[in-house]
Amino acid sequence: MSRNAYLIGRKFYIISFFLLIAVVYTLRLAYIQLWDDSYDLAAKNNALRRMVEYPFRGYIIDRNGKPIVQNEPSFDLMVTPKEIQNCDTLALCKLLEITKTEFLKRIKKAIQAPNSPIKPSTFEKQMSFTNYARISESLFKFKGFYFQKRSLRKYFKPVAAHVLGYVGEVSKEKALADPYYKEGDYIGISGIERSYEAELRGKKGIQYLVTDVHNKIIGPYRNGTWDTLAVPGNNLYASLDIDLQEYGEQLLRGKTGAIVAIEPETGEILALISSPNYDPNSLIGGKQRNQTFARLNKDSTLPLLNRALQGAYPPGSTFKLLGALIAQHDGLINRTTVFPCRGGYPPLNGKPKCHAHGVVNLPGSVAQSCNSYYAYVFKTIVDQNRFKSVYDGYNHWRDMVMSFGPGHHLGTDLPYDKPGNVPKAEYYDKIFGKGAWRPNTVVSLGIGQAELLLVPLQMANIISIIANKGYYFTPHVIKGIGTKHAIDKKFKTQHWAAVTDTNYYNMVIDGMQQCFENGTAAAEKISGIIACGKTGTAENPHGKDHSVFVGFAPRHHPKIVLACIVENAGWGGTWAAPIVSLMMERYLTGKVVRLDKEKRIMETAIKVPVKSIRKKRSA
Amino acid sequence: MRSENSYFYGIDRLTVLIYLLLVVMGWLNVYAAVYDEKHAVIFDISQKYGKQLIWILGAFILAIIILIIDAGFFTSFAYPIYALLLIANILVVFIGKEIKGSRSWFRVGDIGVQPAEFIKFAIGLALAKFLSNQVLHDAKSVKGILKSFWVQRNTWFAMLFFVVPLLAIKILQNETGLALVLTAFIIVLYREGLNVNYILFGFFIIVIFIFSLSYSPIIITLSLIGLFLFFLLFIQRNFKNLTRWVLALGFSIMLVFGSNEMYNRLLPHQRTRMDVLLGRGSVNLKKEGYNVNQAKIAIGSGGLLGKGYLQGTQTKYHFVPEQETDFIFCTVGEEWGFLGSIIVIALHFTLIIRIITLAERQRSDYSRIYGYAVASILFFHVTVNIGMALGLLPVIGIPLPFFSYGGSSIWAFTVLLFIFIKLDASRLLILR
Repeated sequence: MSRNAYLIGRKFYIISFFLLIAVVYTLRLAYIQLWDDSYDLAAKNNALRRMVEYPFRGYIIDRNGKPIVQNEPSFDLMVTPKEIQNCDTLALCKLLEITKTEFLKRIKKAIQAPNSPIKPSTFEKQMSFTNYARISESLFKFKGFYFQKRSLRKYFKPVAAHVLGYVGEVSKEKALADPYYKEGDYIGISGIERSYEAELRGKKGIQYLVTDVHNKIIGPYRNGTWDTLAVPGNNLYASLDIDLQEYGEQLLRGKTGAIVAIEPETGEILALISSPNYDPNSLIGGKQRNQTFARLNKDSTLPLLNRALQGAYPPGSTFKLLGALIAQHDGLINRTTVFPCRGGYPPLNGKPKCHAHGVVNLPGSVAQSCNSYYAYVFKTIVDQNRFKSVYDGYNHWRDMVMSFGPGHHLGTDLPYDKPGNVPKAEYYDKIFGKGAWRPNTVVSLGIGQAELLLVPLQMANIISIIANKGYYFTPHVIKGIGTKHAIDKKFKTQHWAAVTDTNYYNMVIDGMQQCFENGTAAAEKISGIIACGKTGTAENPHGKDHSVFVGFAPRHHPKIVLACIVENAGWGGTWAAPIVSLMMERYLTGKVVRLDKEKRIMETAIKVPVKSIRKKRSA
Repeated sequence: MRSENSYFYGIDRLTVLIYLLLVVMGWLNVYAAVYDEKHAVIFDISQKYGKQLIWILGAFILAIIILIIDAGFFTSFAYPIYALLLIANILVVFIGKEIKGSRSWFRVGDIGVQPAEFIKFAIGLALAKFLSNQVLHDAKSVKGILKSFWVQRNTWFAMLFFVVPLLAIKILQNETGLALVLTAFIIVLYREGLNVNYILFGFFIIVIFIFSLSYSPIIITLSLIGLFLFFLLFIQRNFKNLTRWVLALGFSIMLVFGSNEMYNRLLPHQRTRMDVLLGRGSVNLKKEGYNVNQAKIAIGSGGLLGKGYLQGTQTKYHFVPEQETDFIFCTVGEEWGFLGSIIVIALHFTLIIRIITLAERQRSDYSRIYGYAVASILFFHVTVNIGMALGLLPVIGIPLPFFSYGGSSIWAFTVLLFIFIKLDASRLLILR
C-alpha cells in the first residue's frame, strides 16, 4: 500500500464528485416536481378525458300550470377518426344517407385542428330519435363511431316564439370568454331562453375517465371521486297565459303589429304578441334550423323582430291620457275645463285637425279624443307662468312624461327592449334654431305624434299605471324560478309615476269608460264588463296610419291591461279596439261570444308596404 | 457469537441492508409500472413483475453461492473468468438472436441472458488482478512522446481490459449503452494513479464537443484563443512551453470544427437524442422528444409526496415508454414524489460511498481496486439512468441498478456487489 500512499487523497475527489452529482439531481428534481407545475397540467391532459354529461334544460310552465317548453332527446353522432377500423364506408354512407365525398369531407374535418384524430368530434348533429334508433342498431359494426345524447327544446304550441326565444350553439367569442361553455354547447340566444340562461341551463356533469397512451378509456379516475352529476336546470313559471297568447296571435294573424297584456296589480305579462311570427319548433335544431333561420332573417316582413319590445311607434291619441293627468297634477284643468275646438286647433288655424264633436269637458275629451283639447293642454303645461323659459316648461313636461316609462328601458326581464324616444329640448334647437321654437311649434307632441316614439310594452305600462292609479310594477314574464318560486326583488318593487292623486286618475278613467260606452270604441262594448280604453291613430309618414288601442278591464279591481297596435290598419277604432276588446272578453270570461267579430278579425289580412318595413329595419 | 468459519462471517450488514431495500423497492416499482387491475396477482409468471420476482429469488441464491465460495477463488480465477466472458461476448454475435437491431442475447427457450451485463464484474476482477501487481507510472519527468508513451505502457495495457470489450459490445453487438458503461473504469484508473490531466483532457473534449454543437464554431474558436491568452498572460505569466500551448490550442480548434463532422457520423437516433438534450433545431415532442418529455411529465406531476402507490396515471397507462426498464425512475417520481425520489437517490449514493469506504479499508490492493470498480459501475448506471429521466443527459438505454426489470441486469449487479462483499468479509484473510 505504501507504494502509492500519495494516491489516497484521490478518494476525496472521487467522493466529492459523486456527491456533486447527487446534489445536482436533487435540485433538478426539486425544480421539476416542486417548482414547475406545468408538468402536472401536462399529466392531467395526458391521461384524463373529461366526459361531459349535459343537463336537462329547465322547463317553462305557464301561469295556469300548462307546459310551454320541455325537452326532447336528440343524438349527436360522434367519431374518433383514429379508432376507425375496417370501416365499410359504403354501408355507413347508405345508413346515414350521405355521399362518400361528404363522408370523406367530414372525416377530414374531424382530423384537422382544432379537432384531433384521437379525440371525438361531432360527425352529424342532432339526429332525431327515429334516425337514432335505425342507425344505432347497426352502429356496432363501425368502430370509432358512437352516439352522444343531448337534448333539444320542444314547444307544445307553435306560439310565443318571440317571448320564449330560442337556443342555439354558443358563439366562439362567448365560449372563449365564459369558462362554462365549450364550443358546440347550447345557449339561450333570445327571449326567456337568453335572459334566464343561468337558471335554465343547470350544471354540466363531468366524468373524469382515465385513458391510456392510445386514448383508450381505461375506467373512471380515482373511482369517480372527482366526478359530478349533471344538475338539471330550474323550471321557470311564466306569467304568460298561453291560451290568451295563442288567441292574440290568432287575432293578429295576417296583420303586422303587437299586443301586450299585463296584469296591473303585479306587472306580470299575460301575453306578448308580435306579428308576423314563426313556429318556435322550427328553430330548435337539426339540419333545417339554419335554413329556417336564414329564411326568417331574410323575410321582408321581419318575423324575427319582436315588435312588442322593439317596434317604436308614435302612440297617437292614446298619449292624450298622459296630457290629461299632467295638466290636472299641475292644477291647470279640472273636470269642467273646456277648450275651443271648431274642427281643429284654433291657434294654428285648425291644425292638428279634429272632427266636429261639440264642446267637451275633460272626460269627454278623452272619450271623443279631441285633438284641439290636447293641443291646448300641451301648450298650457309648457307655458305655465312659473317657468322662465320654454325650455323649463318643456323639460318639466318631458320629465313628467318619462316618469310613466317612455324614453327609457323599462327594465323588463326580456332582452333587447328599445327605450323609445321622448325628444330632448336640444333636438328642437337643432331643427328650429336655439330659442326659435315655441310650444305651438311642437304641439303635435301633445297628441302623441311627431318625434314621440313608444314601444307597445311602454304603452301597456302607462295603462297599468292608470289602472293602478299611480304606480306600476316593472313588467316581467317570469313569476317564479325553480322550487322556491323566487324572482328578482326589482319585480316586486312599486314604482310611482309623477302623478299620484287618485282623483286625477278617476277623471281620466271616467273618460276611458265613456270611450267604450259612447265614445270612439262604443262598438266594442263587452256585455257584463265595465271596460276602459282609449283609441289612437298613429300617423305614419310611410303609409296608412297605424291603428292603436289601449285599455283595461274591469274598471274596478282591474285584472288585465292591454295595448295593441296594428300597422297600417288606419283608425284605432276599427282594428286595434276590437282586438283588445276580444282579448278582454276572452281573458275575463274564458270565452268569446261575439263570434262574428272574432271571425272578421281573424280572417282579415292587412298588407304592409315593404318601404315602411325597410325603415324599421334601419331604425 | 457467530463462528469465524461461518460463510456469512464479517459481511457488511449496511451494504446488504441497502441492497435488500433497493431490490424490494425496485420490485414494487416494476409491479406498479406493469400493474393492471386485471392481473393483480403477484405470482403471475405471465406478467413482468411475476418474472422479476423469480429473477430476484435467483439473485438471492447467486448471492449466497458467492458468499459460500472462498474469496481466493475470485483472485485466482480472475483472468479465466474474464477470458470466458470476453469470448461469450464475441460468440453471442454469432449464436445470439437479433432483438431490436442488436445481437446481444443468448436465448434458451423463454429465458435470455445478456453477457454484456456480466462482463462488468469480470473486467473488475481482471483489472484488480492486473493493477495490484503494477504501478501506473507517471511520465512527468520523461521527455519525448514515444518515450513517455512507453513509460506509461501499464496504463495503456490496463485500459485494454475494458476498451476491448467496449468495442466488442459497441461494434459487434450494437449495444451503445452497455458499451459506454465500461468507460466508468477510468475512475478506477484515476484512483490507482492515472495522470489527472488525461481525465481533464477528456472532459475538455466533451465540453468542446457539446459547445460546438450548440454555438457557432467561430465564436468558440475566438473564446478559446481568448482563454489561452488569458491563461498565459495572467496565470502562468510567462511563455514557457509555448510550442506545447500552441499545439494544444491548434488541437482544440480542430476539434471545434471536427465536432459537427463527428456528430454527423452518429446514427440518426443518437443524433436526435443529442438534439433533444441540447435543444438543437426544432424538437417535436410527439416524435423524437416524446420519451424525454413524457418522462419529465411523469416525474414532474408527482409533486412533493407523489400520487400514491399504484395511482400514477402517466406510467400506469403507458405514456412513458420502457417504464419498467430504462425509465423505471419515472414510476418512482410520479407515485412516490420528490420525497420518494430523493430517498432512492440517497440509497444509491449511500451504497456507492459505503463501497468506497469499505474499499479504502482493504489490506489488499486487489480488494480495493475491485471495490472501486463496483462503485464506479454503479455510479455510472445511476447517474446516466436518472440523468436521462430528468432530461439532463441524452437517452442512453442502461438499467437502474437493482430497480429495472430484467434478469441479466439484476443478476449481474448482484454478482458484482456480492463478490465485493465476500472480498471485504475476508479482508483479514487475504494477503496483499
